[in-house]
Amino acid sequence: MLDVSDLTVQFGSTTAVDGASLEVEDRTIHALMGPSGSGKSTMLRAIAGLEPPTSGSIAWDGQPLVDVPPHRRGFGLMFQDYALFPHRTVAGNVAFGLQMQGLNAETVGTRVAEMLELVGLPGYEHRSIGTLSGGEQQRIALARTLAPDPRLVLLDEPLGALDRSLREHLLVEMRSIFSAVHATVLYVTHDREEAFTIADQVAIIRDGRIVADETPEELWHQPPDGWTARFIGLENLLPASSLASLGLEPPSVEVTTGVVPPESIVLTAMGARTATVAGAHFRGGVYRIELGLDDGRQLVAWSPKRLRRESTARFDIDAKRISWFDD
Amino acid sequence: MRSKRSLLLIGAIPAVFLGYFFIYPVLTILYTGLVPDGQIATSAFSEALTSPTVRGIAWFTLWQALLSTLLTVAIGLPIAYVFARYRFPGRSLLRSLTLVPFVLPTIVVGVAFLALVGPGSPFGVNLRGTIWAILIAHVFYNLAIVIRGVGAFWEQVDPHLEDAARILGAGRFRVFRTITLPLLRPAILSSAALVFLFSFTSFGVILVLGDLRHTTLEVEIWRQATAFLRLDLAAALAVLQLIGVTVLLVLYGKARNRRAAELTLRPPSEVARAPRTTGEWAVVASTLCMLAIIVVTPLAVLIWRSLSTPDGLGLSNYAHLFNPPRATAVFVSPTDAITNTLQFAVPAVLIASGIGLLAATVIVSASGRSSRVFDTVLMLPLGTSAVTIGFGFLVALDQPIDLRASILLVPVAHALVAIPFVVRSTVPVMESIQHRLREAAAVLGASPRRAWREVDLPLITRALAVAAMFAFAISVGEFGATSFIARPATATIPVAIFRLLGRPGTFGEAMAMSVILMAIVAVAALGIEAVRGTRSGGV
Amino acid sequence: MKGLRLSVAVTVVALVGAACASSESTPDEVVLMTHGSFVVSEGVLEAFTDETGVPVTVLQSADAGTMVNQAILTKDNPIADVLYGIDNTFLSRAIAEDLFLPYQAANIDVAPESLRISGDQVTPIDYGDVCVNLDPVGLEDRGLGLPESLADLADPAYRGLFVVEDPSTSSPGLAFLLATISVFGEEGEYPWQAYWGDLMANEVQIVPGWEQAYYGDFSGGSGEGERPAVVSYATSPVAEVYYSDLDAAPTSIIEDGCFRQIEYAGILSGTEAESTAQLLVDFLLARTFQEDIPLNMFVFPANEDAALPDVFVEYATVPANPVTMDPAAIEENRDRWLAEWATIVR
Repeated sequence: MLDVSDLTVQFGSTTAVDGASLEVEDRTIHALMGPSGSGKSTMLRAIAGLEPPTSGSIAWDGQPLVDVPPHRRGFGLMFQDYALFPHRTVAGNVAFGLQMQGLNAETVGTRVAEMLELVGLPGYEHRSIGTLSGGEQQRIALARTLAPDPRLVLLDEPLGALDRSLREHLLVEMRSIFSAVHATVLYVTHDREEAFTIADQVAIIRDGRIVADETPEELWHQPPDGWTARFIGLENLLPASSLASLGLEPPSVEVTTGVVPPESIVLTAMGARTATVAGAHFRGGVYRIELGLDDGRQLVAWSPKRLRRESTARFDIDAKRISWFDD
Repeated sequence: MRSKRSLLLIGAIPAVFLGYFFIYPVLTILYTGLVPDGQIATSAFSEALTSPTVRGIAWFTLWQALLSTLLTVAIGLPIAYVFARYRFPGRSLLRSLTLVPFVLPTIVVGVAFLALVGPGSPFGVNLRGTIWAILIAHVFYNLAIVIRGVGAFWEQVDPHLEDAARILGAGRFRVFRTITLPLLRPAILSSAALVFLFSFTSFGVILVLGDLRHTTLEVEIWRQATAFLRLDLAAALAVLQLIGVTVLLVLYGKARNRRAAELTLRPPSEVARAPRTTGEWAVVASTLCMLAIIVVTPLAVLIWRSLSTPDGLGLSNYAHLFNPPRATAVFVSPTDAITNTLQFAVPAVLIASGIGLLAATVIVSASGRSSRVFDTVLMLPLGTSAVTIGFGFLVALDQPIDLRASILLVPVAHALVAIPFVVRSTVPVMESIQHRLREAAAVLGASPRRAWREVDLPLITRALAVAAMFAFAISVGEFGATSFIARPATATIPVAIFRLLGRPGTFGEAMAMSVILMAIVAVAALGIEAVRGTRSGGV
Repeated sequence: MKGLRLSVAVTVVALVGAACASSESTPDEVVLMTHGSFVVSEGVLEAFTDETGVPVTVLQSADAGTMVNQAILTKDNPIADVLYGIDNTFLSRAIAEDLFLPYQAANIDVAPESLRISGDQVTPIDYGDVCVNLDPVGLEDRGLGLPESLADLADPAYRGLFVVEDPSTSSPGLAFLLATISVFGEEGEYPWQAYWGDLMANEVQIVPGWEQAYYGDFSGGSGEGERPAVVSYATSPVAEVYYSDLDAAPTSIIEDGCFRQIEYAGILSGTEAESTAQLLVDFLLARTFQEDIPLNMFVFPANEDAALPDVFVEYATVPANPVTMDPAAIEENRDRWLAEWATIVR
């Protein structure tokens, strides 16, 4: 288990990581999400041992890692730009960590073949890096990272350089690869869908601090504050005034925004509220309905049936499921 | 990628330049020396080849050059690393200072060295006449080649590659050996080749710091030609020297031929950062200390000497340069000297950059033997005796126009020595540019020439800036054949220094003029660095 | 109409005639080829142009040996008209190569006979003596008197105190070697080879060039070294006084064994401006140029009528009996002597 406690990393006068704490349980995939400049990559590098922490501690299974150099930590790190060694073949890259462990050539060869099989690129041993496509490079980089059986796998936006369809495909693949090898993973990204798809636990980092650390469901249903709600891209984030116009009273005066989960809106002919349908889009099996409010804003709801634009829709809202924030 | 026809066209210009200003004069003078009166002077050849003295000289020339190269690369690599990866106060200034030794006349350097490591040395050693004095002097002169050549490349290598290797279990030394060194190979080999050629044809250093037992082919060629008036023996030795250089260049070409891996080159601003841990500070400090001892101390000695006047420390030596106390033409006004120098330096840099760039393009785009031969011939002027080239100009260049005593020969001679620098600086960068970038540009509608301009050129500009710096230094320091042509009397800075050193009583002023020379080069280097630093460069 | 055509024709003929005439009588320039130590004050060469209407272009080579080589290499199509700065060590070789159009300055009589030893193909322009220079203070500090002859320098009392230049790379070095050959001879009890053997035993320092010997190893005057005896010029003490503005010469010379170097000027055969070249040679021997020589090149003018600067008059020592050697003898034996010397000192 990785235990990061009160980690601070400073560069000169800038503080990239500011007292961040995090625990990653064995055999789990833990996502670390944050906007650009939030310090997530720095935190990852500090965990890897590539950046010296200013204060705080990083420990694995209780053993502090402060004096352990990167090449002795037994971690794996995958970069966004893959950092494949251009002067070595695919096999040369995947084998690198194994060679550093001093394993004999036969063992290395077997393991390399295993890893290439795992990432779906069998037989690629003698290819040169320059001939690989983006997706292939990503998979080779993954194979290289996993080959030495690291006790912790660190990934820094591993899918950032790929196009959307490839990304989704590889995301699912990676999840199954990780579970197949029982890896412990810390996965850095700024993309909510990626994090929610792959991770058992999601930590949110903002300005160098961890502001949330929940399962995806908990985060989705009960975000800790408005900023996080906005960051993870929750729908129906509305000012309290808009919601008040619907008759939904905020619980206290300090409250400024509320999130109405789309699932809490039920479209039914017997609904107590009404609104004009501003838009209806087919999303493959379900319709996304945009309901217009008096102040011009919209509420998003899901409907199995198509509703006509400009028509009046009737619906109920389960007010208990609304989250209120004061930021 | 480039059509064969356009390659031929591009290559024609450097080919013609080299053909007319190098190959033709050298062949002519060698013919003149070795075939007097229509018969091959075989006696000169047999004399050269059988004489044990000559064999000893040839052997010494070779191994001192190899040793100098090894030493310079070994010392230069850590310094290049520190400059490439770290930002610290005084970085630009120190890096510019490394270029200064390159331009100093060897007699001036000899004085500084002898003060430091000769009899009467403050360090208590006496290396006068030993091989060590020569080796250290070669390092002093040539360190800049390694620091700049390898450094410029290192600056742009993705540091993630080293991080990845470390995570995968490689300790620092292993990272260096398995990842960094292979990636830097092309740049290291380039720099090493240049250092070798300079050390192989070293003249001034050997003359001033060596002694009768330590002499090279270059010195011997000069001695035979000018003291004994034996052009035939000088020519035979020149041929020997050329053969040795060609063999080595061919070997270098083969080593280079293993295609350089395509790298992602990063803009330097992304790569360099301030040192953070005490460990990093220790590395930076100790490396800079080494640099200070080797490069800065001799320069400091010169500055000190320039400030020594009969009345203690002061600026009177400089004052004398601007206001000569005597009505004698020995004192050349520094402004005149600087103007004269720049009048040669600017054309020399332009010629070298233009021709070098065209040549580099051909070398990178063409493949196989023809490109390697072209590359080798381009490097040859560095390995050819200056006497040979200088005298060659005189006997060959009278058709179609008589250029033999023309002032044009000065920048041309400088350019001949500078072109190899341009080629060696730009070729590794050009070879490493990703195919993909060019293809991406082509798909977006850029013609090959446009793609070259938008993609290759910014990345090459940085390398070109380094080469231009050396070309400038070479011209200002008046390297190579310029000593052996008969040129219209122009008092450039080196000429002014020699004039002051040529008579008793003006030593201080000679030192002052040398310091002015140092300052010009340092300022020029700083200027070029500032210009190249502000360009975004990377794609 | 007729008148117009006629006047046009006349004008054209006149212009063409003038052009032809001028290209024959006044060349664009006269080229003077010399070595790197040549320094002339501004206005001096312009005086020649004022007199003759022809500007002078100066071509400079590095050293005298290089210059002679270059002249020989281009003798069929010379790059210059007049060669100045060739001295007795190379003169025979140049003459043997038919480098010169024989000419002696019209005003040759202003030069003393002693300088005109080399026949009439060339004109002596200046002379200087290569002598051993001494640092009296340095010698005194060591409790030693001033050596008075070349032989004294081989005395063990002066061990490790002498620095000389390599004769194969330095002109004064060669001059000194020739002086020792002349003084000690090639045969007899104590030939020059024995003298040099003794010098080596006496730890003489051999350096490649004058700058290094004087500035780097000599302890006197502006030298920064440790040895109080160096092979330099008879005029070096004068230069010390002149440039450092002293009242007395800080160094002295050994008058015994000084070697006289005479520099000549000659017209290169193949020149296309022979008459102007002759005028230039005359000019080089005339007072204007001659009087400019001492303070620029620190040698003596050949022209006896030329006034010497005060500092020369006061501080210069002109050796009474400098050694000279026939240029032909030098040419014949130089290679052998240099080779022998090399084996002695190795």
